[in-house]
Amino acid sequence: MNFVALRMLTGDRAKYFGLVFAIAFCTFLLENQTTIFASILKRTASQILDVTDAEVWVMDQKTEYWEQTKALKDTDLTRVRGVPGVLWAVRLFKGNPVARTRSGKFAVSFLIGLDDATLAGAPRKMLLGSWERLREPDSVIIDEAGYVLLYPGEPLELGRTLEMNDHLVTIVGISDASAPFVSLPVMHARYSKAIDFLGRERTQLSFVIARPEPGVTPAALTERIQATTGLKARTTGEFMWDCVRYYLRNTGIPVNFGITIAVALIVGAVVGGQTFYLFTIENLKQFGALKAIGVTNPRLIGMILLQAFSAGILGFALGTGMAATFFEITSHMLATRGIALLWQCVALTGAAILGVVIVASILSIRRVLVLEPAAVFR
Amino acid sequence: MIGAANGHDFAVSCAGVRKSFGAGETKTEALRGVDFDARFGQLTFLVGPSGCGKTTLISIIAGLLDRSSGELAVLGLRPDELSGGERVRFRRRNLGFIFQQYNLLPSLTAAENVAVPLLAAGVPRRQAVRRATDLLARLGLENRAAARPATLSGGQQQRVAIARALVHEPRLIVCDEPTAALDHENGEAVLQLLASTAVNPDRAVIVVTHDSRVFHHAHRIARMDDGRIVDVAKQARASLSPAANGAETHEEDR
Repeated sequence: MNFVALRMLTGDRAKYFGLVFAIAFCTFLLENQTTIFASILKRTASQILDVTDAEVWVMDQKTEYWEQTKALKDTDLTRVRGVPGVLWAVRLFKGNPVARTRSGKFAVSFLIGLDDATLAGAPRKMLLGSWERLREPDSVIIDEAGYVLLYPGEPLELGRTLEMNDHLVTIVGISDASAPFVSLPVMHARYSKAIDFLGRERTQLSFVIARPEPGVTPAALTERIQATTGLKARTTGEFMWDCVRYYLRNTGIPVNFGITIAVALIVGAVVGGQTFYLFTIENLKQFGALKAIGVTNPRLIGMILLQAFSAGILGFALGTGMAATFFEITSHMLATRGIALLWQCVALTGAAILGVVIVASILSIRRVLVLEPAAVFR
Repeated sequence: MIGAANGHDFAVSCAGVRKSFGAGETKTEALRGVDFDARFGQLTFLVGPSGCGKTTLISIIAGLLDRSSGELAVLGLRPDELSGGERVRFRRRNLGFIFQQYNLLPSLTAAENVAVPLLAAGVPRRQAVRRATDLLARLGLENRAAARPATLSGGQQQRVAIARALVHEPRLIVCDEPTAALDHENGEAVLQLLASTAVNPDRAVIVVTHDSRVFHHAHRIARMDDGRIVDVAKQARASLSPAANGAETHEEDR
């Protein structure tokens, strides 16, 4: 009877396509919004995740997220280095100087100052130039999006100069740094130059980044550093989640996206579920005839489940394809770079669609099971 | 007498069958003690005005409704002694249905519609459709086997419905107003087809109708009114079952 069930489902093309597209649209909206939501929150930790050399971050006790830094004392670096299990520890500076081009265009930037000797934390994904060229005097590496922001419509090229805090700095590399939460240029310079480009303050040390010795886990090292120095130490993953949680708690982003996701789910559930339920109601006479002819209830349940899951799987696949195509297109745009369809969002959406299909199936099955086969004579 | 149902003449035997719907002030008695039988090899018509209980009676006979009281035997079995699953299997094996509105599945072809009872019985699809197509050819619809119901005329749709009722070779066929949606010419053709293909010595056919123009096809006509059989008339038309012919000599108008 499976083919009868599928023919009943696909027989009315308009209703069938309406049902499949309702589920596909719901899938697309859910996957789209959850992925953008997760990716935007992940951007709050982009500059943390881009530092692949270190696994441990040390900061002031009160630091809650990347943007919020209180400078450490220079001696803190030495104290961290003295903690057993630290393979190496270097300083990292983070500031927001204004960068101005010769034409007068300017932008507030993220400037990351790297340890002069090791350049630990330098961007590893370079589009043009090399991060080793940061050793040249007054040099910076800028990310592609920042370059396009400061030099709109101009080709990527090295050797251009920027003015920062009365210093003329030369672009020696263009990186593919992950997009920050706020669309500002991301620049890297040596630590000693970065503090000049911003303007000297009494203390400058934003973070100490460190790597554990072999055999010591990052988590164990963070505990030791905290116990020994009294400073806050987090693994890269922990620090990323600190940032995400901070934005979740302190901004309207989750509410905004939450509403969109809820609306997508409700619209999908109502439209998709109701369309399938109505499809069953409209076919009650046919189900009644099948019952009268001698099709058993378990067989009818199987037919309804087959119909619901066929429409659900097809709609889900179509919606996922639409979402994947959307992110494939937008991934080539600078503003939305790095936002790719996350498997977790696909799985979450799949579970939601499965829930809708199950509820619609249960309601439909209930109607068919209580249907008196004698109704076909009325 | 219900005891007669255990013999081979009676496909259906009802004695004092009652059926009521609702309770208390809203209680409605649809059947008020029906005595009725249908015999193998005969086309038995159940006639009467709208609301007299015809449809309720055939629903009970077909095992689609339970009676409130009375005795009933169908093909030698008492449906209320069967479990739900046994009743469904009994219906699938032994009963064929022809509905007023045909109730064909619009998304299936004529042959696939005819094959549904076979598919429900677990016959493989290809084999079921082939048997259905052969039967349609015997009913003069060989060129319409691949057509959808919406592209068939009313008469053709009812012929497909007859084929669906016959394809699994049931022993009892129940028809509910088979000519109601047809003009006289098509109604006549459908009844002729039913009389010539459905009736055989091992099968009984019960037709519910109030279309008096087709009464001449019946071997017997049971008239219902107000939930009771008020009259049973035998027709000149010869029964296919000798036993049934013999039994008719005992028939009395009530």
